[in-house]
Amino acid sequence: MNRHTQTLLQHSLWYLALIAVAALMVVPFVWMLATSLQSLDRVFRSGLQFLPIPPQWGNYTKAWTVVPFDRFFINSTVVALAHVVGQVATSAMAAYAFARLRFPLRDQLFLLYLGTLMIPAQVTIIPNFILMRDFKWTDTYWALIVPFLVSTFGTFLLRQFFLTIPRDLEDAAKIDGASHFSIFTRVILPLSGPALATLAIFVFLGSWNSFLWPLIVTNSMEMRTIPVGLRVFQGQYTTNYPLMMAAASLALMPVLIVYMLGQKYFVRGITLTGMAGT
Amino acid sequence: MATVGERALAEGRPTARRRTWWQQLRRSDAGVALLFLLPNLLGFLVFTARAVIEAFRLSFYRADLLTPEVWVGLSNYQRLLFNDELFRKVLVNTAYYTFGSVPLAIIVGLLLAVLVNTQLRGITVFRTAFFMPVVSSVVAVSLLWQWLYNSDFGLINEALRAIGLRNPPIWLSDPRWAMPALIIMSVWRQAGYNMVLFLAGLQGVPVHLYEAAEIDGANRWQRFWSITLPMLSPTTFFVLVISIIGSFQVFDQALILTNGGPADATHTVVMFIYNQGFQYFKMGYAAAVAWILFALIFLLTLFQWRYQRQWVHYE
Repeated sequence: MNRHTQTLLQHSLWYLALIAVAALMVVPFVWMLATSLQSLDRVFRSGLQFLPIPPQWGNYTKAWTVVPFDRFFINSTVVALAHVVGQVATSAMAAYAFARLRFPLRDQLFLLYLGTLMIPAQVTIIPNFILMRDFKWTDTYWALIVPFLVSTFGTFLLRQFFLTIPRDLEDAAKIDGASHFSIFTRVILPLSGPALATLAIFVFLGSWNSFLWPLIVTNSMEMRTIPVGLRVFQGQYTTNYPLMMAAASLALMPVLIVYMLGQKYFVRGITLTGMAGT
Repeated sequence: MATVGERALAEGRPTARRRTWWQQLRRSDAGVALLFLLPNLLGFLVFTARAVIEAFRLSFYRADLLTPEVWVGLSNYQRLLFNDELFRKVLVNTAYYTFGSVPLAIIVGLLLAVLVNTQLRGITVFRTAFFMPVVSSVVAVSLLWQWLYNSDFGLINEALRAIGLRNPPIWLSDPRWAMPALIIMSVWRQAGYNMVLFLAGLQGVPVHLYEAAEIDGANRWQRFWSITLPMLSPTTFFVLVISIIGSFQVFDQALILTNGGPADATHTVVMFIYNQGFQYFKMGYAAAVAWILFALIFLLTLFQWRYQRQWVHYE
């Protein structure tokens, strides 16, 4: 066996392993799509019914209309966008202060921020729920959005990034008499595109998939987000798997598209911080 | 009469004491900093700092949101630690889940990382595929796995029957199999995330170490065992710490897949908080559970931090 055939063999074996593992990871998704197009009676027939023949596209229109799925979509989108804009803006501003400005108790305050990162969300969720109730904000966008316009994690992430930007550029701007505000908007932000994109994607994903908070602060059908809507759906169509898989597919589609588009930011963000996604 | 300080200022000779406080403040960027920090600080103070303190206070009260709060001292904690059978069970379940899923997800994640750490054509397609479960919503994915686990018509049992297993487990309906089922799904969802971290670690191992080992006649397995694993140990440590923190907070999949059942076999700590607080409106009791959860997570993290020197290899 010469060297060439040996590498060829090695590569083929490696591909074989890759394909086997990929099958394990992806088959559940394929099965979800297949089931979502299946008719109800074919699903409950023994023996593998993999291919949906003929495909029941009606499952999707039905899943969309038996619960107000359009409302779930609008709610999730509005809430996620508000979280992204809010968290990126407030985090970037605070990160600039922590990374570039001198003020008393700066490092102590930053340490306090870091310390709270370790506290599980379940601790704050109870008092914050009571606060929403006192504000009469339950079952409104306010309750879904306002508590998550600020993120200690985002502040931490962006501060670390801003510290890596060389100061020379700002010094030049400072000599020209630029204010901190214009240094922030004209020097720091334009240089931070990848970090901002990473944070934006994390926030979007976290918000789009979040479940416990929207579950407790909403109760009308009109205010549910997609994950909570899915839970409601599950309650109503317990055994109608084609319909449930159609709903799950509808819920997963936007996130998978965002992921495909912004892949490199995901990977970079995770290796940078090791956070999010859990 | 002018004070010493004011006279000094008038003479353009600041006193030492004033310089340390007032002048330092004026020379710092405190004003601008406050503007930059304000929105963030406001949110932090209200929704994090206040909430943490308030949760601590609540844990000493009986609070049901309807009647006035009653101070109960330590009795919430006392009842939880010594008198609540269900709480004991959810603690054990959560530990079972954590110590089942975390090591498995680490091993599988490492294997995936080794597998995709090549320059082969099309490798990014595989990396993308392995990471897909990570970005998917836990709720949607749990609905999907509930169907996969269906004992009569689900894909898993169809496959098991196809390879000759006559009585495959009934998974989510069996108290013994429900937790393993939850763990398998979590490993599937989490492995790609660990893969990304391990992949970064693998690519940081200096090539010359492998070359030296190869000259010394070490085979693939020996190189993996005595170079790759020790060099990856900081990554492994990091993955272990954050995975344990995350696993102790498991909720979404337990609620959707099994709703804690059967016979509370998958009832977890956070589900207990959810039920006590938001189903029975025992806010004080739920807050006490949240603090116990925090203490547990904190102690486990501290423990790992202490003992990392024993196995984590830093250069």
